[in-house]
Amino acid sequence: MKNANRRKKGAAPPEAPMLEVADLSTTFTSDRGFVRAVNNVTFTVQRGKTLGIVGESGSGKSVLSRSIMGLTPNNATRTGSVKFEGRELLATGANEMRHMWGAQMAMVFQDPMTALNPVMRIGRQITESLLHHTDIGKGAANETALALLQSVGIPEAERRLRQYPHELSGGMRQRVMIAIALACGPKLLFADEPTTALDVTVQAQILDLLQDQQRERFMAMILVTHDLGVVAGRADDIAVMYAGRIVEKAPTRTLFREMRHPYSEALLESIPKLEAPNHTRLAAIGGRPPDLVNLPPGCKFAPRCPNVQEKCLKEEPPLIEHGTPGHEYACYFPVGSREGAEARARNVAASRNVPGTVAAGGGIA
Amino acid sequence: MAGSGKAHLREPGESLLRVENLVVEFPAGRRGLKVNAVTNISLDILPGETLGLVGESGCGKSTTGKAIMQLPPPTEGQVIFEGRDLLRLNREELRRNRTQIQMIFQDPISSLNPRRRVEDIIAEGLNIWGTGDKAERNRRVDEMLLTIGMDPEVVRGRRPFQFSGGQCQRISIARAVITEPKLIICDEPVSALDVSVQAQIINLLEDMKARYGLTIMFIAHDLAVVKNVSDRVAVMYLGKICEVSDPNTLYKRPAHPYTQALLSAIPVPDPDISPQDRPKLAGEIPSPVSPPSGCRFRTRCPLAQERCAVEEPIIRKVAPGQFVACHFPLTGRSGITASDWTSAEGDPNQQVITPTAPPAPKPVIDGTPPPAPVR
Repeated sequence: MKNANRRKKGAAPPEAPMLEVADLSTTFTSDRGFVRAVNNVTFTVQRGKTLGIVGESGSGKSVLSRSIMGLTPNNATRTGSVKFEGRELLATGANEMRHMWGAQMAMVFQDPMTALNPVMRIGRQITESLLHHTDIGKGAANETALALLQSVGIPEAERRLRQYPHELSGGMRQRVMIAIALACGPKLLFADEPTTALDVTVQAQILDLLQDQQRERFMAMILVTHDLGVVAGRADDIAVMYAGRIVEKAPTRTLFREMRHPYSEALLESIPKLEAPNHTRLAAIGGRPPDLVNLPPGCKFAPRCPNVQEKCLKEEPPLIEHGTPGHEYACYFPVGSREGAEARARNVAASRNVPGTVAAGGGIA
Repeated sequence: MAGSGKAHLREPGESLLRVENLVVEFPAGRRGLKVNAVTNISLDILPGETLGLVGESGCGKSTTGKAIMQLPPPTEGQVIFEGRDLLRLNREELRRNRTQIQMIFQDPISSLNPRRRVEDIIAEGLNIWGTGDKAERNRRVDEMLLTIGMDPEVVRGRRPFQFSGGQCQRISIARAVITEPKLIICDEPVSALDVSVQAQIINLLEDMKARYGLTIMFIAHDLAVVKNVSDRVAVMYLGKICEVSDPNTLYKRPAHPYTQALLSAIPVPDPDISPQDRPKLAGEIPSPVSPPSGCRFRTRCPLAQERCAVEEPIIRKVAPGQFVACHFPLTGRSGITASDWTSAEGDPNQQVITPTAPPAPKPVIDGTPPPAPVR
């Protein structure tokens, strides 16, 4: 893909990460006080790699991707550092960011129904960014749009270019969204819950498409989802978020093999397993995520944690690398460790709150 | 797939709800076209059973649920609930009988009136029918709130916007259950929720079912969820039934190619299973305005033959408790191979899969013992 805004050669050494996020925090001001949606998040993404960000609604995963992109509303304050190919994005104003959006980094949103402009033909929505960011003429832009639609697997692409979003199914709309995001050949693609609004069969198609495009174009991709199953076979690394923090981060295989944080474990176990017989009771996580305005001291997951101890309620565990290189987690009593097992045994003996045993959990305290 | 036929129905006397030859059509456009939303399907549910209805968007599963509720009444067919055909009742009789059937909808927030308080939302059914006196109704609302895991003192006066999606769904469940219905139709009750909340709601539904002796029709597009809650599963495609089976057989030995495709589309939380290598359904569901002739799945089916275009398959028994509407069911065959799926969809990245020998089940992580059989 042609790219008028390509950075000068040598601007970033090839081995440097494409995206470096360090101590990123995002706070919103609201009537009730400060909402700490993202708190001290640090990670890097290499070119050609996929990072999966997993968490429940309200864990800050969408705000995180918008904070990196600079798409936060006016009442948000971002602190820390976001470096894209060595360039500090937090210090970049909206006018300059406008040259980056679409051209360097793009986003596929969750709901293709509302993310597309309902009164603009598909073709124009795709060529819009091409005409803005590149020097190509209208004819060439239209040809590129056609090629893009074909590459994202839309049949009868020529006819579709002249159609409006309401004439397309949900899966087709999401393919159009992907075509728009890919139009200027971005180096970094955010996919924010790209399949949550879709059927399982279409979900599999769209995720395959994203993965194919990511490999083909050697992009970095950040795949945000609430379903560990979605990222399991597709992400190189996974970061699990809770209450605005990364609580566990590891290469995908390591995470599944040596899952340490009780929250990661709980998320995994709440997925219904096909191989389990019917009416197998699901391990739900009791309670709800904390209020981001009044965060409790200590570990934010402590009130719902099966391994919780006194210490967890007072001190917040730091996110530290343990054991396998690249495997970080923030827990004093991790799953799969002696301390964790003992802590859980103590809780079970004292019949304290353990997820799965709270049948009708989630009530309002 | 396209399946008509009643081989899968049980004795008429046994069932709580029996739907026969249900047809739902909607007018489309000015040229007399019609949307064939549901075409000649038959279903039955025994008392205490959970029937799962699964399929992609547009397969008619929600329309079936609504047609049973007479919202709107079906174009043709019979909906026999406790021996009475709901289509033949007059308005008042229908109103009285329908209290026995309640519905839970997909979007928990928009299905609750934002201006009303929780206690009024839950008590509405009781108020309409004048059940007991005011004190009695309040007592029942409080009891119901406790059952769904909420503190009545705190939540009674709140309004829906003060709750999360999962909590609103709990309130919807309370509203549906409080009139003591026999049958609850759950239309995608968990598809708008996070996995962790989804597990809470499914567990709550199972608890409510046990506690109040409910019969449930569970409509969803996620086969993993449907398998978990159901005693029997009906797979729908484009207004027809493809397969009816008990959920464990359905998972181990799917008989219909569409069932197999649905199963393999479910994301597996295991990094060693590459999702790109699994067989996948290509394309999209055809328009219900002009559905394909013969078997409606044939346009996307890797096994389709000429016969499938000409003759509609009728539901027949292929194994105990397993019924399928397919001319070339997977049971008894060596299975669909990668090349079969490839020829149907032109995707080369596929491996051989044998439906008769599914991938070895991974160890069950939550060591919950299998529950005692229901019924």
